[in-house]
Amino acid sequence: MEFFLSRYRNVTVLLVAIVAQLLLIAYQVKSNKDVPLLRVWAVSAVTPTEQALEVVRRYTWGFVEDYFVLLGVRSENEKLKQQNGQLKLENHYLRSELGTADRARALAAFQSQSQSKMVAARVIGNGTGANSKTVFVDRGSVAGVENGMAVVTPDGIVGKVVDAYPMASLVMLITDGNFAAGILSQKNRVRGTLKGLGHGECQVEYVQNEEKVDVGEWFFTSGDDRIFPKGFPVGQVAVVRTGKTFKEIYLTPSGLQGGPEEVLIVLEGVHQQIPESELSASGYKILPAPAEADSEAPQGTGSPTALSTDADRLREQYKQAGDAQHHVFGEGLPGSTPPDFTKIQGVRATVQQPGAQQGAPPKPPGTQPATSNPPGTTAAKPASSDATAANGTAAPGAKSAVKTPVAKTPQDAAAAEPPPKPRPRTQILVTDPTDADPTAEATSPPATKDKPAIAPKQPPPRPPNQ
Amino acid sequence: MSEFTERLLTSPPRKESTERFRIVWLIVVPLIAILFQVYVPRFLQFLSYLELPLLITVHFALGRRGPIAAVIYGMSIGLVQDSLSHQPIGMFGIVKTLVGYFAASVSMRFDVENPIVTFILSFFFYLFHQFFYWVLARALLGQTMLFDAQQTLLFGLLNAAVALPLFRVLDKLKVAA
Repeated sequence: MEFFLSRYRNVTVLLVAIVAQLLLIAYQVKSNKDVPLLRVWAVSAVTPTEQALEVVRRYTWGFVEDYFVLLGVRSENEKLKQQNGQLKLENHYLRSELGTADRARALAAFQSQSQSKMVAARVIGNGTGANSKTVFVDRGSVAGVENGMAVVTPDGIVGKVVDAYPMASLVMLITDGNFAAGILSQKNRVRGTLKGLGHGECQVEYVQNEEKVDVGEWFFTSGDDRIFPKGFPVGQVAVVRTGKTFKEIYLTPSGLQGGPEEVLIVLEGVHQQIPESELSASGYKILPAPAEADSEAPQGTGSPTALSTDADRLREQYKQAGDAQHHVFGEGLPGSTPPDFTKIQGVRATVQQPGAQQGAPPKPPGTQPATSNPPGTTAAKPASSDATAANGTAAPGAKSAVKTPVAKTPQDAAAAEPPPKPRPRTQILVTDPTDADPTAEATSPPATKDKPAIAPKQPPPRPPNQ
Repeated sequence: MSEFTERLLTSPPRKESTERFRIVWLIVVPLIAILFQVYVPRFLQFLSYLELPLLITVHFALGRRGPIAAVIYGMSIGLVQDSLSHQPIGMFGIVKTLVGYFAASVSMRFDVENPIVTFILSFFFYLFHQFFYWVLARALLGQTMLFDAQQTLLFGLLNAAVALPLFRVLDKLKVAA
């Protein structure tokens, strides 16, 4: 044995070294565990030097640029870049929300949801490895960084933290061959899995051939992977091909353009709910949630709101009438005098002018009823009104699509050609001002100048239950 | 057999080199090489093809002419490289262990101080390193890595070209044993 070892000492040492490393690899692969001790030693030995080099490089080069080349422009540029990054993030967030939901809902959601908590980090070096795309950043577990945290820039996602050391972290870029993340297309809401390819582009996998993905379309994180909060941009589609089962989609990542130097590590991501427009895009129309409609309706105003109903408006009218007469609903005893509901503005107009010609302007209290007006005052009424037809008199200024001969006697009037059909005067109930046709107001009859555009349906003046 | 070939094939085995690195250089030089690989390509992307840790391993093994020392040295450099990557520890270690062993074995038989031989050996060991790493990644880890033969050949030539002046500089750091 001794002879063997001394004779083949070199080969024996080689075999021992290789077998030991093979066992080490087998242990790591089999148990899916790392050897943190070795890594911590190596990283602790290398990263401080890197940080020192980076500091020296930044300050020396920055000094030259600041004082000899650009003076104050550099610091201003840094500040503007930072502001621009924040604005981009806000802009991306708002655009994704506004594109998927209505404006009020998106704004309310934006106000109610807080932004992700992030920490800025600087890339201080590349990771080694023939085909791996990893970088070291100068923030580690001391700064709250943990394995699996998302790393982003305002332009898009960058990668995820795969190893967090005390003073530095190893970030796997999205172009790494082992990287994967759940993503969602912006336009067609196509879900897929982002995979790194080991070079500049990424591939979107598991998208059926039947799905529609366009070149130039943006992909955003879907949040399915529980690493990246939903809504962060990923990149634009560069190539789309129909594959055997799934589409071949290649993506140009937007977060790695020009090589990231400063990144944001998402310490606490904002997980958003799936926007409803995903369902509406697939052919379903979704009504606004009733709970939010109630909460968004302004209190104490009688005007119809986007989310109120007829019953709400009627109730508001009664409430106003009661308030005006210092009546508190629910306090009076049975048999006590109820408030005068004929003083409700809409109801009063109906009650006071039961036989009034339609289209006449509302009169203030105390003025003569419309029926006592002189004939000349009815010139503005439509010639097609029923009262005019019954009297057999046409106002001089009346406009009519069909010219009607003047009848001298009531019999002649009865025998005369019937007047043109009056324009429908049915009140159109608009529940949401934003849904109303913007041209409707311009083409509405003249009565809209005299009456409110959204007139109540003249409910019977019945008091509410006391 | 030509005179040149006879000069190369000296009487086996050659004794260990009388010139050695100081201990401090044995640690600092590979550390600088790894730092270079990690840091410099961030600013000079085209220098990412340089595999300085490999060249340092080859130079040490060729100069030392001791397979055991070369095995340990190559393994150490490889393990540090592994630690800075996201691969299982041992991939670079195994490859550089083999490179160190074979380089030391070759140096025991050939006159490796000749620049042409140095160039050829550097080129060969770069190819061996890349190819063996690719084989290990496929066989042990099941990774589907691309092996671009043309690119590897080109990078091998560039690394060999860099090895010539680099070895000259490293030779200056040696002291007589």
